Amino acid sequence: MKHAATLTVNGMAYPVELEGDTTLVRAIRDDIGLTGTKEGCDDCECGACMVMIDGRPVNSCTYLALQAIGSEITTVEGLADGETLSNLQSAFLDQGGVQCGFCTPGMLVSAHALLRENADPTEEEVRLALGGNLCRCTGYTKIASAVMKAAKASV
Amino acid sequence: MGDVAFHTVTTVDEALALLGDGSDARVVAGGSDLIVQARHGKSLPGTVIAIHRIDALRSLTSSGDLVVGALTSHATLCADAGVRSNWTAIADASALVGSHATRNVGTLGGNVMNASPAMETGGPLIVLGASVTLRSAAGDREVAIEELWTGPGKTSAKPGEICVAVTVPAQPALTGSAYVRLEYRRAMEIAIVGASACITLDDDGNVAAAKVALTALAPTIIRSPAAEAAIIGTDGNDEALKAVTAGASADAKPISDLRANEDYRRAMAGVIAKRAVAVAAQRARGEEFPIPATPVFMKGSGQ
Repeated sequence: MKHAATLTVNGMAYPVELEGDTTLVRAIRDDIGLTGTKEGCDDCECGACMVMIDGRPVNSCTYLALQAIGSEITTVEGLADGETLSNLQSAFLDQGGVQCGFCTPGMLVSAHALLRENADPTEEEVRLALGGNLCRCTGYTKIASAVMKAAKASV
Repeated sequence: MGDVAFHTVTTVDEALALLGDGSDARVVAGGSDLIVQARHGKSLPGTVIAIHRIDALRSLTSSGDLVVGALTSHATLCADAGVRSNWTAIADASALVGSHATRNVGTLGGNVMNASPAMETGGPLIVLGASVTLRSAAGDREVAIEELWTGPGKTSAKPGEICVAVTVPAQPALTGSAYVRLEYRRAMEIAIVGASACITLDDDGNVAAAKVALTALAPTIIRSPAAEAAIIGTDGNDEALKAVTAGASADAKPISDLRANEDYRRAMAGVIAKRAVAVAAQRARGEEFPIPATPVFMKGSGQ
């Protein structure tokens, strides 16, 4: 049973037709075509699917797409200003916080949400905020230092 | 997953009308339990009723009794100043649920009705004497939290009832509470074992009343009468805490599974219960203890 809906992603309204059980990550990737958001575990464990709903990080693999009607969804594509990367994204590149890259969109979204609420976090606060995002490459040290560097650049 | 009709409602009455007798419909709040279960073989019902836009269920009152609308998120609960100071075990527990993302969508009502024996907020609600309000077409009824859970994933709620609120009574003076979890990691963790304690002191600093609950140590979250008896009437000295350890281990009914075996769970039941009682007593004396009371084992945490 298809349900007509409009989802607002990165400030753009997208008319879509979705099944009642379609998860938000599938709608974002398959129906809207924004593939920055990754489906990793598809079980609310790894954080690769992290998006912001009304400014707060949410695992989009475990959220029904139709529940997001009326909310502002932000994906990793919404963090850059056109071709200009955000401070946070630049810091990930500078610090080597990206290896295979699969976790990176989710890491960026969680870190972006943290810095919106807490512009000058301690490293422990950064690590706790990224606790729901798994990375199998970096060992997290360079990711944490990238977030710290981005925070210092903006305060 | 299959062919699913989806409705978003803004009032409890609309939800109840769609829910009918509850035979082929379920409500979804944050979705963090329902969607995961749907992926693990329990298919979604024919009708899903999204209740997350019912603003009336998002209220949080913490003057006098604590009245928590069922849709209140863990993120809201663990940040609330009233909850942190007067019903601290609930703040401990809410702060440990999942990750930031889980706490943003996960609700207290959903947590309670999902009835996991490993849920974080359950033990605190037991030791603080909470009840839930279940609403149906026939009206509201109040159920003591210990009467709600009947088994893993099972409640005494009838099909067609919706949890609308959780009420926790105001606590006496000189009362402190705590929830402590044994965990292998901080985020996205399920309790290996957990323990909750609520301690009320008399004017001489002795324990006048105590409740202890054990999490992930039986088919439902249970009280530990032996641990409670061991601490009541004492000044919380080391001997009494040793007896709490033995009492909680004796009352535990653990299973072996992939996270821990029965013997380890039983041994840790005592250790974690002792810590919960000790922290609750400290808080009852007015001493500060960090929230959550479960220490973070990481570089530089100093705990």
